Amino acid sequence: MLNYLISGISLGSVYAIIALGYTMVYGIAKMLNFAHGDIIMVGGYAAFCASSYLGWPVPLCVLFSMMVCTILGIVIEKLAYKPLRNATSLAVLITAIGVSYFLQNIALLIWTSNPKAFPNMADFVPPIKLGDITIPSVTVITVAASVIIMIALTLFTGMTKMGKAMRAVSEDKGAAQLMGINVNATISTTFAIGSGLAAIAGVLLCSAYPTLMPTTGSMPGIKAFTAAVLGGIGSIPGAMLGGILLGVLEKFAQAYISTQLSDAIVFAALIVVLLVKPTGLLGKKITEKV
Amino acid sequence: MSNNPNETKYIEVPGPGKIPERDRGKRPVLEASHLGIDFGGLTAVDEFNIAIGATEIGGLIGPNGAGKTTVFNLLTKVYQPTRGVIMLDGKDTHGMNTTQANQAGIARTFQNIRLFDKLTVEENVKIGLHNSIGYHLPSAVLRLPRYWKEEKKAHDRALELLDIFDMADLADVRSSSLPYGAQRRLEIVRALATNPKVLLLDEPAAGMNPSETEELMNNIRKIRDTFNIAVLLIEHDMNLVMGICENIIVLNFGKIIAKGTPSEIQKNPKVIEAYLGNTAEGEEADV
Amino acid sequence: MGKKINFLGKTNKNSLMGLINFGIIIVFFAIITILKGAGGLTNALEGQLIPICAYIIMALSLNLVVGISGELSLGHAGFMSVGAFTGVIVAGAMKYNGVNANLPRLIVAIVVGAILAAIAGILIGIPVLRLRGDYLAIVTLAFGEIIKNVLNCLYVGVDAAGLHFSVTDEAHMDMAAGGTTLVRGPMGAVGISKASSFTAGIVLILLVLFVIQNLVNSRTGRAIMAIRDNRIAAEASGINVTKYKMIAFVTSAAIAGAAGALYALNYSTIVPKKFDFNTSILVLVFVVLGGIGNMTGSIIAAAVLTILPELFRQFQDYRMLVYAIVLILVMIATNSEKIRALWKRFTGLFSSKKGGSVNE
Repeated sequence: MLNYLISGISLGSVYAIIALGYTMVYGIAKMLNFAHGDIIMVGGYAAFCASSYLGWPVPLCVLFSMMVCTILGIVIEKLAYKPLRNATSLAVLITAIGVSYFLQNIALLIWTSNPKAFPNMADFVPPIKLGDITIPSVTVITVAASVIIMIALTLFTGMTKMGKAMRAVSEDKGAAQLMGINVNATISTTFAIGSGLAAIAGVLLCSAYPTLMPTTGSMPGIKAFTAAVLGGIGSIPGAMLGGILLGVLEKFAQAYISTQLSDAIVFAALIVVLLVKPTGLLGKKITEKV
Repeated sequence: MSNNPNETKYIEVPGPGKIPERDRGKRPVLEASHLGIDFGGLTAVDEFNIAIGATEIGGLIGPNGAGKTTVFNLLTKVYQPTRGVIMLDGKDTHGMNTTQANQAGIARTFQNIRLFDKLTVEENVKIGLHNSIGYHLPSAVLRLPRYWKEEKKAHDRALELLDIFDMADLADVRSSSLPYGAQRRLEIVRALATNPKVLLLDEPAAGMNPSETEELMNNIRKIRDTFNIAVLLIEHDMNLVMGICENIIVLNFGKIIAKGTPSEIQKNPKVIEAYLGNTAEGEEADV
Repeated sequence: MGKKINFLGKTNKNSLMGLINFGIIIVFFAIITILKGAGGLTNALEGQLIPICAYIIMALSLNLVVGISGELSLGHAGFMSVGAFTGVIVAGAMKYNGVNANLPRLIVAIVVGAILAAIAGILIGIPVLRLRGDYLAIVTLAFGEIIKNVLNCLYVGVDAAGLHFSVTDEAHMDMAAGGTTLVRGPMGAVGISKASSFTAGIVLILLVLFVIQNLVNSRTGRAIMAIRDNRIAAEASGINVTKYKMIAFVTSAAIAGAAGALYALNYSTIVPKKFDFNTSILVLVFVVLGGIGNMTGSIIAAAVLTILPELFRQFQDYRMLVYAIVLILVMIATNSEKIRALWKRFTGLFSSKKGGSVNE
């Protein structure tokens, strides 16, 4: 029971980190970046290559992975999403799906579909023993990382000039522009931060579940979006809460109901949340303008 | 024009106050009392009361941000009111949504034009006629005679309605490629096609030149006379408002500050203050 | 007074487009039949004929949702899968009960498959259609995954007493001796006795085209498109938004179910995994490449994109990559304001000569 809770929180923390990226991009660019999950996968491969082929130490691997993903995020935004700034959400979403498929298939060509054994990059801290329960080092690091990231993001959006610009853009793009905020730069920065977080999520996800494939990121990506919606799109603590809840739900469903149906149960949760409280647990209500 | 408000003969009735003489004995088609709405603790409209006679042309004016469009959204049930009652042709609209309100007899146009862009002019009007076209999906899929008969009828009716604004020859044009003024007129035709008892026009003269506005005024009167319906309009163009409206309500900060006939409103010091102390006409208005 | 009776002209234009679609399908059928007779079809291509029909129907079905109704469904393969497994079960049960002729089994399978997919469409549509845009898309995706997961757990068998179901394993179906297992969980439907034919596929396409085109050119179709173009104005015009979105969604689901039954009865085994998210996206690629809302485009894109990879097997690895790039480029080309403006200037050069523009 407690074991499932711990593994649930661990998985949930990974979802939380991914969801933080989702929620920022959705809150500011008002688009569902379907490719976010695949950026995680790229982050995983980048860290894997740096570690296995180049033999770099862990911090350098993580840094390299973050750099790759940040650049990737900015490039994707510039090339694929920026031309569609005022297009319908249908068009933007289809484009994002295209980007997601593009990344997966490029990865398939480069690294093939054979799973890569990802090294555990979190074992520099010892596992914690509490009585007869052992909390694995990955869990310790993942939970710590998600909390630190959440706090850092909250401080960033609340205190810094760029953070305030982001909040302004998320409220009203046009008005923000009139106030002299560079909307394009703000959106770019958001993508950069979100993608950088995806890299961390990728490393942590692969450390916990060490099979790395081109499709590694897609399911966690979709589930993390679920988590972001559950917590309330646009809300940073909401993403954290949603991620943990979803992770715990998934692990409990696997343990007590059915491994095969656990995904179905997670998705059913998403549907229920969207119907009962489409604004999520910590989100705010949006009134449509007429 | 015999229907110039300056020549309208008014009668005093308890409640609504002065109404045009021709509506004597007819109950008001649209009545709202103590209407109000809050947005997250912020009161946008409060204590809004209105009674529009069966064939009356009413005006709703006020500075930008006064809540005029919000009133329209309340009357058409786009927003559900926080307080108050709206009676449409004697029926309480409580619990109705926008669709049901339209079917009950209220139609409107939008300040920021909302046409069905990818449909033709004729198809836009046929959407207005939708609920009066009498066939169901099976007869359409099987192309039964009923389909052809009803479609022909709808087509003829659509052209007839478009003819009010001399737009019949534009029937096959995509609505998004119409010039701005024609788009506004098409919105009015589409609203009329739903066979309403009250027609709400949100800034119908926006972007029109004086001669077009003059023509619009004649057309609004023509609509009122042919269809025997009431019209309530929001407008910043005072020539139009004073030249056509028989009763005017002035809104400021979500509350009614004055009510009366055009000549009464023009003399009302509160109205003058609200306007002079505020913005000029013609700006981009609320929502 | 420029009164012009253009009722007939307009209808002619619409039915002309419809006739072109019918024509394309019939010409396609004729060419394939002639090639078949002359022995000019490779085995690989011949094996693709029924899948091509099924994918054309899928593309038409999805275009009804994406193009006409303006909503993105990312779980369309789910409806296909409901139709496929229903069809297999129905056809299998009929066979067990002595109906050996293919055509009646296929027809009943397609009809029942479509009905069950429509029911799934109603059940999913009730919650989904209350949502908008991205949320709606993601929930259809979720439903597609749920259908796949549930079918992965489904065991169905038939014996003298009728159909037996289980969600745990084969033994729990409590079948009498002599019964046949039709669906075996993650292994999918096994031992299907094929019933589909290319001719049946073509007839089904024609039927689907007939239904969709007549639906679109009716008050119902107009209402659906009005909601797509401007929901609030549609409501204010007295259109019942939920009802018409539902009609589009459920019709589309039923058509996808029919396609599924046709598709499944062409194989001897079929697994639930076949109808996953990738299949939904593949169909979306057909719709986007053929032009959103353009039925003729959907037909051509579905056919060409199913045949091409068979002809160029060496490029198989690049297939999905190319599709991804196509998706992105088509969306940017059709939606970018810069490219639109450029296109307008380009076409403007011609239309100004004709003086066909409307002026005040």
